[in-house]
Amino acid sequence: MPDLLIELFSEEIPARMQARAREDLKKLVTDGLVEAGLTYASAGAFSTPRRLCLTIEGLSAESPALREERKGPRTDAPGPAIEGFLRSTGLTLDQLVVRDDKKAQVYYAVVEKPGRKAPAIIADVLEKTIRTFPWPKSMRWGSGNLRWVRPLHSILCILTTEAGAEVVDLNVDGIVAGNSTQGHRFLAPGRFGVQSFDDYLAKLRAAKVILDQAERAEIIRNYATQTAFAQGLEVVEDAGLLTEIAGLVEWPVPLMGPIAEEFLGLPPEVLQTSMKEHQKFFSIRNPATGRIEKFLTVANTEAADNGATILAGNGKVLAARLSDARFFWDNDLRVANEGMTLWAEGLKSVTFHNKLGSQAGRIDRIALLARELSAVTAADAALTERAARLAKLDLRSAMVGEFPELQGTMGRYYALAAGEDQALADAARDHYSPLGPTDTVPTAPVSVAVALADKLDTLTGFWAIDEKPTGSKDPFALRRAALGVIRLILTNDLRLNLLQTLVEPVRRNRAAMPVVTSDEAPSLSSDRVEAECALTPATDLLGFIHDRLKVFLKDEGIRHDVIDACLAMPGNDDITLLVKRARALSAMLSTEDGTNLIQGFKRANNILTQAEAKDGVEYSFGPDIKFAEGDEEKALFTALDQAEASITPAMRTEDFAAAMAAMAALRAPIDAFFTAVQVNSDNQLVRRNRLNLLHRIRTICGQVADLSRIDG
Amino acid sequence: MAVSPEKPRCFQDVILRLQNYWAAQGCAVLQPYDMEVGAGTFHPATILRALGSRPWAAAYVQPSRRPTDGRYGENPNRMQHYYQYQVILKPSPPNLQELYLGSLKEIGLDSSLHDIRFVEDDWESPTLGAWGLGWEVWCDGMEVSQFTYFQQVGGHDCRPVPGELTYGIERLAMYVLGVDHVMEMPFNDPDSPVPLSYGDVFRQTEQEYSRHNFDGATPEMLLRHFEDAEAECARLLAFEATDPKFHGRANVMVHPAYDQCIKASHLFNLLDARGVISVTERQAYIGRVRALAKKCADAFVLTEAAGATL
Repeated sequence: MPDLLIELFSEEIPARMQARAREDLKKLVTDGLVEAGLTYASAGAFSTPRRLCLTIEGLSAESPALREERKGPRTDAPGPAIEGFLRSTGLTLDQLVVRDDKKAQVYYAVVEKPGRKAPAIIADVLEKTIRTFPWPKSMRWGSGNLRWVRPLHSILCILTTEAGAEVVDLNVDGIVAGNSTQGHRFLAPGRFGVQSFDDYLAKLRAAKVILDQAERAEIIRNYATQTAFAQGLEVVEDAGLLTEIAGLVEWPVPLMGPIAEEFLGLPPEVLQTSMKEHQKFFSIRNPATGRIEKFLTVANTEAADNGATILAGNGKVLAARLSDARFFWDNDLRVANEGMTLWAEGLKSVTFHNKLGSQAGRIDRIALLARELSAVTAADAALTERAARLAKLDLRSAMVGEFPELQGTMGRYYALAAGEDQALADAARDHYSPLGPTDTVPTAPVSVAVALADKLDTLTGFWAIDEKPTGSKDPFALRRAALGVIRLILTNDLRLNLLQTLVEPVRRNRAAMPVVTSDEAPSLSSDRVEAECALTPATDLLGFIHDRLKVFLKDEGIRHDVIDACLAMPGNDDITLLVKRARALSAMLSTEDGTNLIQGFKRANNILTQAEAKDGVEYSFGPDIKFAEGDEEKALFTALDQAEASITPAMRTEDFAAAMAAMAALRAPIDAFFTAVQVNSDNQLVRRNRLNLLHRIRTICGQVADLSRIDG
Repeated sequence: MAVSPEKPRCFQDVILRLQNYWAAQGCAVLQPYDMEVGAGTFHPATILRALGSRPWAAAYVQPSRRPTDGRYGENPNRMQHYYQYQVILKPSPPNLQELYLGSLKEIGLDSSLHDIRFVEDDWESPTLGAWGLGWEVWCDGMEVSQFTYFQQVGGHDCRPVPGELTYGIERLAMYVLGVDHVMEMPFNDPDSPVPLSYGDVFRQTEQEYSRHNFDGATPEMLLRHFEDAEAECARLLAFEATDPKFHGRANVMVHPAYDQCIKASHLFNLLDARGVISVTERQAYIGRVRALAKKCADAFVLTEAAGATL
């Protein structure tokens, strides 16, 4: 079976797009080949800055011939029916076949598709792939109309069998597929022909190109780790940077150089960020001191002087960058030592959102809310408020202006420099967390209060001005903020009535909105009216947080209907309580008794609901055991008494596990009751008593969760 | 003039070598545009000629002004006035990267000793309503040029596509010459009877203009001039296309109108440096300049220089 090799050779492909492009190339080509009737054994995709490559092994040499039959109308069917069939098959009447079918004669369309040779199929599939390739951004060049990520220069496309390599006949806008490519731009210019994938790989290596991105990354990682180790240092790991650098070079030549003494006093995060963002350098750290002392750059060439010039040049650029960073650091420290008032003043003129006022106004709201929340997190109120006031001031610092990703990190340094409390400084660093679903959640009480206040202010603000996420659009990352709220509450076991907590911030955010002067606008004079106006968005926001909670719990394996059953209970804005309940209910449902109990409960509930609807009354009188007839009925009375005796106190202490266990124990007596007893007895007294008994099932179980919302 | 085969010895040698190199590649070597601009791209030889079907090849030095970058001549490589070397080839030739690398070799950056790389950097000019894809070119970790395939200008697709190269000449020359502070860079041959450094030529002007940009310029006047330029640009383009004094033929004043657009852009930069434009206003000003650029582009594509048949 032949092997297929494709190489699309272009000018430099952005490193960040290569991984996705490899996957797309593999999927589009293999899908296309399979759709056309070919099969293959395996496929692999590779990329360098200048080429995208796909190798497919064990491709079938041609697609099988296909014969397709379609049954049409009877021969005596009306004209339009026959015409319709002809249209849908694209055949003429004389091309149809007539066959006997039971009582009548019927038209059949027989379409025979001959098999196609692999090269013809490959040419079609590859051309379509090139023309429709889903690059995030593509361009035209020269006088052509073809689009590619950067100018596409050549296409290598060969099918290799034991007999040799055959070039696939393909011409895309004048680029004719061939069997040759080129090596490293500087180290091995010139074209060479290839016969197979192995041949291609070997010749590329000889021409100073390592095709496999993973191998290039490994070379860099190995060199970095070993060279650092030999000097008693360690590499600051950065998988994203490694992948990016591997996508910038065809022939990686790592070079390690020193950082000038004068810059070693900068915070390690500053050195690391500056080197990574501007220069794509790795940071090399001294494990004993935690200081970053060297840099590692990766050249794309072997220089005549073994890289001395390259290293010196890179060192020079770095020194210029770090001089800037040190200039920022020194200036910022001066402002920090003066109490950061300059930054606080500055934030008054920075707009947070044109409907929500300035950053300074936002900080005031967060500080108020953080102070309120300090009671919930058991933090010192005054310290928490101060932490919230200082936490965002670094946004005005020169360093954060240059490196926005250092927000918070610099805040901590500057707070410490200003002589502030350690807990406050930590809150400055940690209050943005958690940023994602796996990010670390703060646990220090001051940090938690400020982090929660920060997110709640964001959410209530955008709800107050009705800028909610829609579909895939969430420009203010409100889903992430809601998830942050959930994780902060759950990780720290915080107990708070969220709805009540949301109302006041919504009102404050509304107050921040620019006043619209209109004669018709009603004036929101009284506090009561304002509070009511805030309640609607707050309730809506709580629903949004509940939705995020469902997504969050789903990852834990808790079903939506389980959460709905718990959401229907009072106190559902206490997230900690809600989740405790949902986890216990989910655990119960995973037992056999649990699932069967749901069946029994639903049966009881349905019978009761129907009877209540029919009779127009509510059967909420206590049932009396003296009207019970059989043993099973009496046993249920006893079981319900026992369950209630366990569940009620368990609920009071929020011991959901105990309550669920007591409830699950009802499964056997309920099942036995329904097997033995007909609820709708002719004796009205007995019937009423039994319906009242069912009502007890509903009430007792209903203390735990709304089981009627459970699926199944 | 003959270019010495050794490494350049001064700033102007770098410029002369680039001029000679691109002249040898067939570019029309133009002179700087005689107005204040922020970058070589603003020269009509680039931004207007990027439009239309006519082939084009030009190279030139463009003094560029960035009022907010003024540092009183004290920063080692940041100035409010500096030079860009600009090359534009339309349609972009298939060997544009090789041609570019040839130019680096010409000024002493040999790929056998240096690490030269093309790192993704897409270009966009919000004031010109233009964008393109390309790279910043790194030499030993330093950005030495911007390399762009223009895709759109003033909202119009570029067909054919021009390739644009922009060199920051001071930075490039400093690297080639091994100089750490721009003001210390030899401007002419250090062995000349009157050896001049970059600082001899520009230190005082940097000091004066820094003060002018940050404190001296009168915001009210700048604003008035901005509005005048804006109005004039639109007015010039609103004229009847046919010119009675020119045989009654079409004669649209695209370039004079575009001059007003350039003026507005520079006035905006000055206003920005004076710190009188708030964050929200900023966007509005950029939008106003872009609207002018778009009007000029709309008018230019209908002219003979753009290859339109009249």
